[in-house]
Amino acid sequence: MNAPQPHLRKAAAQKAKSAEKRPLPASLSRNAPLVPVDSAGGQALAAVIAILAFLAALCAGGAELVSTSSAQWRSEIAREVTIQIRPNPQRSVEDDVARAVALARQAPGVEQAQAFTKEESERLLEPWLGSGLDFKDLPVPRLIVIKLKEDVRPDFGPLRQKLKKDVPGATLDDHALWVSRLSTMANTIIGIGIFLVALVLVAAGLAVIFATRGAMAGNKEVVEVLHFVGANDDFIAREFQRRFFRLGLRGSAIGAGAALALTLVMGLAAQSWRASPAGDQIEALFGAFSISWTGYVVIVLIALLVALITGIVSRLTVRRFLNGNG
Amino acid sequence: MRTYFDEEFDEDTAAPSVHFENVGVRYGMGPEVLRDLTFSIEPNSFQFLTGPSGAGKTTLLRLILLSVKPTRGLISLFGEDVSRISKDELTGLRRRMGVVFQDFRLLDHLTTYENVALPLRVQGKEESSYRAEVVELLRWVGLGDRMHMLPPVLSGGEKQRAAIARALIVRPDLLLADEPTGNVDPSLARRLLRLFIELNRLGTSVVIATHDFSLMDQLNVRRLVLGDGRLHIDE
Repeated sequence: MNAPQPHLRKAAAQKAKSAEKRPLPASLSRNAPLVPVDSAGGQALAAVIAILAFLAALCAGGAELVSTSSAQWRSEIAREVTIQIRPNPQRSVEDDVARAVALARQAPGVEQAQAFTKEESERLLEPWLGSGLDFKDLPVPRLIVIKLKEDVRPDFGPLRQKLKKDVPGATLDDHALWVSRLSTMANTIIGIGIFLVALVLVAAGLAVIFATRGAMAGNKEVVEVLHFVGANDDFIAREFQRRFFRLGLRGSAIGAGAALALTLVMGLAAQSWRASPAGDQIEALFGAFSISWTGYVVIVLIALLVALITGIVSRLTVRRFLNGNG
Repeated sequence: MRTYFDEEFDEDTAAPSVHFENVGVRYGMGPEVLRDLTFSIEPNSFQFLTGPSGAGKTTLLRLILLSVKPTRGLISLFGEDVSRISKDELTGLRRRMGVVFQDFRLLDHLTTYENVALPLRVQGKEESSYRAEVVELLRWVGLGDRMHMLPPVLSGGEKQRAAIARALIVRPDLLLADEPTGNVDPSLARRLLRLFIELNRLGTSVVIATHDFSLMDQLNVRRLVLGDGRLHIDE
């Protein structure tokens, strides 16, 4: 600090003799925000953001759950290939089954080839035809289940050709149609999830625009004083951005935290229902109803994104407002 | 921006701090509240702006502060024509001015210390660089033991002094004060006037809007007298 003028120094010394003896504390400023937005309106905005972040996190978590489950279904289905052999009165079906199993085992990428016995094949029909029937005269097709090695997607063209040549009446089903339909369904659900997240983010942005304009109108005098003491528009916009980012972070943390808690609770509930028929259905659809670490990361990222959007949108709104008002 | 207690002062002798040329102001479609204002405020000058209530003193100060736009005429501040200045230039000009509002305009959610330090804070200065200076000025205006209080608990006179301290902290080139002694007792009014005189000696042009004749009689300086929307200069 520069030396004060002598008479000022003297007067100040006379006025505050005792006070001057006290050393100054490290900071006298509370670093208080220049723009007070923690009003009732600010709290309402935090609540709206919490609800929107909760919905966005649920959508993202749901999409992630479907994505993980569908990948699991697809990998399980894609690892299994079946050969169906229709009985032919002019051929021995047992020989055809044995030949098809041998051909399948020779094919690259095959881990295991297991033929269903005649009894096992007949048992597969029981849910539709009932038990206690004599299937002796029915031409029940025989199935061979082929398990593929992991992460291998062999070309079934040569095996198909060999089966056509050596085992007429045998058809190979690699479930490609199923997998493709499943992928389409899963991708549609994921797409809808992303669309909903985007909609929620847009809604959050619009809520922030209204809240910022309200805060600007409510703090008109503060903004005017800031201008008079030499603050430029960017400084004022930054102050609003800082306040709204904090509000947004608080709201989105509450919303995303609630979504995470709900997911955990539903995971625990699904576990406790596992033994029941409904639990089996849920598990068949969604696995263990627990999202992976990617899901948690996505939810946390959404919370941060909502807070960032809150801050940036408020800054842009303030700049626009100030430009529009001279 | 120079600091309050800087010893050095490079005076801009070339251009007046404020120059008005045939300036007129009207609100909406109403009659002109101020008309044909032509005057200059020279650097390092001291003047009172006076006139009856409602004569337009505050409007004239707001014209200088560029918060009211003239409907006609030319205004230049520190040699710069303000009719086509950018927002950044406007901020630059306002940083060279200190203003004491009639209604104080202190921010109620900031302490007295924070209010006085506000012009330095908006300039992005670190608190450690101005803390001692702000405290010294607060003690000088008699608010040493009020620095942690919020404006709503201050008396009218204390608010007045805090507003004056906020205007002085950056030692502006031009100080505009609207009824700065309206809420204080005569002895404190004299003290505050001495502070303005001291600031003027250090190089600041001072314009004090008042209709307090006892205050004006203490100093034989130029008087800008507003009446019927026109300005009469009493040298």
